[in-house]
Amino acid sequence: MTDELHLGVALDGAGWHPGAWRRPQARPHDLFSPRYWADLVLEAERGHLDLVTFEDALNLQSDQLGAQDDRNDRVQGRLDAVLIAARVAPLTTGIGLVPTVIATHTEPFHISKAIATLDFAARGRAGVRVQLGLWPHAFRHFGRREVPAFDLSRIGEPDQQRLLAEYFDEGADYVEVVRRLWDSWEDDAEIRDVATGRFVDRDKLHYIDFEGRWFSVKGPSITPRPPQGQPLVTALGHQEIPYQLIARATDLGFVTPNSAAEAAATSSRIAELAAGRAVSVWADLVVVLDDTEQAARDRLANLNELAGVEYTSDAKIFAGTPAQLADLLQEWDLTGYRLRPAELPHDLTQITRGLVPELQRRGVFRTEYPSNPTLRGLLGLERPANRYTSA
Amino acid sequence: MVKQVHLAAHFPGVNNTTVWSDPAAGSHIEFDSFKRFAQTAERGFFDFLFLAEGLRLREQKGRIYDLDVVGRPDTFTVLAALAAVTEHLGLTGTINSTFNEPYEVARQFASLDHLSQGRAAWNVVTSWDRFTGENFRRGGYLAQEDRYERARTFLQTVNELWDSWSGVSVVADKESGRFLSEAGPGRFRHEDRFFDIEGQFNVPRSPQGRPVIFQAGDSEDGREFAAQGADAIFSRYATLTEGKAFYEDVKGRLAKYGRSRDDLLILPAASFVLGDTDAEAEELAHQVRRAQVSPQTARNFLEQLWNTDLADFDVDGPLPSFDPAVEGDLISKGRASVRQLAKDPVALANEWRAKAEAEKLSARDLVIEVTGRQTFIGAPATVADRIDEFVQQDVSDGFILVPHITPDGLAPFVDQVVPLLQEKGVYRTEYDGTTLRDNLGLKYP
Ligand SMILES: Cc1cc2nc3c(=O)[nH]c(=O)nc-3n(C[C@H](O)[C@H](O)[C@H](O)COP(=O)(O)O)c2cc1C
Repeated sequence: MTDELHLGVALDGAGWHPGAWRRPQARPHDLFSPRYWADLVLEAERGHLDLVTFEDALNLQSDQLGAQDDRNDRVQGRLDAVLIAARVAPLTTGIGLVPTVIATHTEPFHISKAIATLDFAARGRAGVRVQLGLWPHAFRHFGRREVPAFDLSRIGEPDQQRLLAEYFDEGADYVEVVRRLWDSWEDDAEIRDVATGRFVDRDKLHYIDFEGRWFSVKGPSITPRPPQGQPLVTALGHQEIPYQLIARATDLGFVTPNSAAEAAATSSRIAELAAGRAVSVWADLVVVLDDTEQAARDRLANLNELAGVEYTSDAKIFAGTPAQLADLLQEWDLTGYRLRPAELPHDLTQITRGLVPELQRRGVFRTEYPSNPTLRGLLGLERPANRYTSA
Repeated sequence: MVKQVHLAAHFPGVNNTTVWSDPAAGSHIEFDSFKRFAQTAERGFFDFLFLAEGLRLREQKGRIYDLDVVGRPDTFTVLAALAAVTEHLGLTGTINSTFNEPYEVARQFASLDHLSQGRAAWNVVTSWDRFTGENFRRGGYLAQEDRYERARTFLQTVNELWDSWSGVSVVADKESGRFLSEAGPGRFRHEDRFFDIEGQFNVPRSPQGRPVIFQAGDSEDGREFAAQGADAIFSRYATLTEGKAFYEDVKGRLAKYGRSRDDLLILPAASFVLGDTDAEAEELAHQVRRAQVSPQTARNFLEQLWNTDLADFDVDGPLPSFDPAVEGDLISKGRASVRQLAKDPVALANEWRAKAEAEKLSARDLVIEVTGRQTFIGAPATVADRIDEFVQQDVSDGFILVPHITPDGLAPFVDQVVPLLQEKGVYRTEYDGTTLRDNLGLKYP
């Protein structure tokens, strides 16, 4: 079969629409329970999706980008995304698990071993979505360095772009450290050689000796190389600077085009920046799905009413039927899509029970997982060779 | 009622006590090993599973130490995954207060407590060395005398974060559109020498309110830290006299912090070897000790005390006749026990030589003798009697068992000793409650 699509679902709270938690099917009381997350991920797995992502932040949710508000009509609070992914890992067998980590405030050493461990627990189905955390109030939660004044309202101006570029350079260093740590153990470093009494072959353990502008890390990792060798690294980007990070450092970039033309332009721009490095590009879409287009539009209207404002998003908001969405996905012609369900579980089940069968009928989506899949395997990516292994 | 025994299980991490050469030894890194180990502990109604931490691979003579089991998973991640395959077992993680930040650690433990429905515990350790710091952004800046102060304010800050949602609940009233009982949750402000932070914590109060706090330091500062704010201590004293002295010392410190003797549990690490008869267990124990201390391990251990390269030294002969080098860098890095050895190495070497001569021990045999930490050896009935006796005599409130075979070494204990403790009426036949606090008999904050 040719031209198979790849599909991921982005999970966040009660869904991406701020009014979602008030819908009849929503389970807002369960957002902090393991059962809730297990149910969602198992549903996504029933649809044989490639992956789920888990959003995260080191600050409270807010309607105001870049600042805290005190609204009490929105979902507030969230659990650590890596731990949610780990909690569901032993319950699943097919789907990729991709938690968000905040590179600006966390230690690359800790994150590297956390994602490696997730890969062990999920037998090769771990990924990570690297995000920068630039909001001043989140910096105040850590207080370990001066807060450079990043001003969202002037994001287009040269000084702010420079600042942004620095943060993304730090992000690129971060990914480099994480990746080197994954490689810091060769796959066959554990030897258990009774004759010499050696448990490991230390010649197969490597110092990474990373020295950068923001941090230096010695290595090796305390955790052996994970099953995938390199778990999947992803990032979301909306403009040139994040595109550079996607191109230089990730395996998969999520972008937010509004049309087929924009989708094509963005993915060729990233390919150009990647200069021969293989990077997949998927589009993000917020989806409101129902059996008829009218029902979807009505529900979106109801969600807006419940939220008290008309919902806007960085990604295109699609309201329609699963078949119409299938048309769009084929027309945009990207390798894959990360769908953000506006309302959980409703729009997730529309994906797994409406969209997926439709794509299967069209012969562009898998009908089952391969046995013992890895996330890289699902995406058709090789298990990378270890950079430290001498040929 | 007679004092009840608490039991927990330590999945051994980096160590030389795991007999990895035994054909029964499995993977110490695959998740299935952790799962099997945890489910065995739960079958035995254990209170919790315990994980240690070490954030840099050990070195000796400037090279990675290659004789012990090495490599371990990330603590939070593996504990969260274990929450999916167990129902009652507490999940205790050792997490360093030097190479982490309060907002993040508070969030991870609160998340683990939610995701395990009230089974999270934190063993606060303060390891500080520059060597380990080379893996972290902050480096190894922390002076030795500062580490417990940072730990104290770290824990205080984390408690403030956990408490910052007190009284705020998720009402999620779909009709009125009110999500929380109060707007603007999680506010905090903390300023001291180590932390100057403020804002809003973003995890709602977890099932235990605050996860259970463990401490494992042994210094004066460490004991005081435990008496002030810990719920349990993971100690190294599992013998009758040492254990009793430690127990009395620490429990005696509680009153000045307005706490009662029941507010802090003392749980030493303990190993065990079981046989059909006591004699058979002794014989097995002897074999285990020899497997734990290979000739290479014995030589490396002596190098740690002598602080000298002993590459050509024959461990089947007598101990080195020359004295340890007291000058210069320690030959071994990333290993806490070396600090003990380094206190007065010449005196310790003399003591060992005297012992070896008196008991006609080779160098290797001597190492086996002084490092052997087999706490309970015997037929199941002997071991059950001894554990009961120790707990009734306040050597401890129970034990954290460290099997020498991973992951299945716990099973014989669960199958053979636990039923005997139950018969004696000193051990539970079902879990007391749903949270770790319930099972440890600890108050809710
Ligand atoms: C039984 C026991 C287990 C310990 N386990 C760890 C550990 O896993 N990781 C660690 O960094 N330190 C560990 N430690 C060391 C400490 O908790 C403590 O930070 C260190 O001993 C320094 O404190 P002290 O001077 O009070 O002993 C352990 C100590 C004891 C007694």
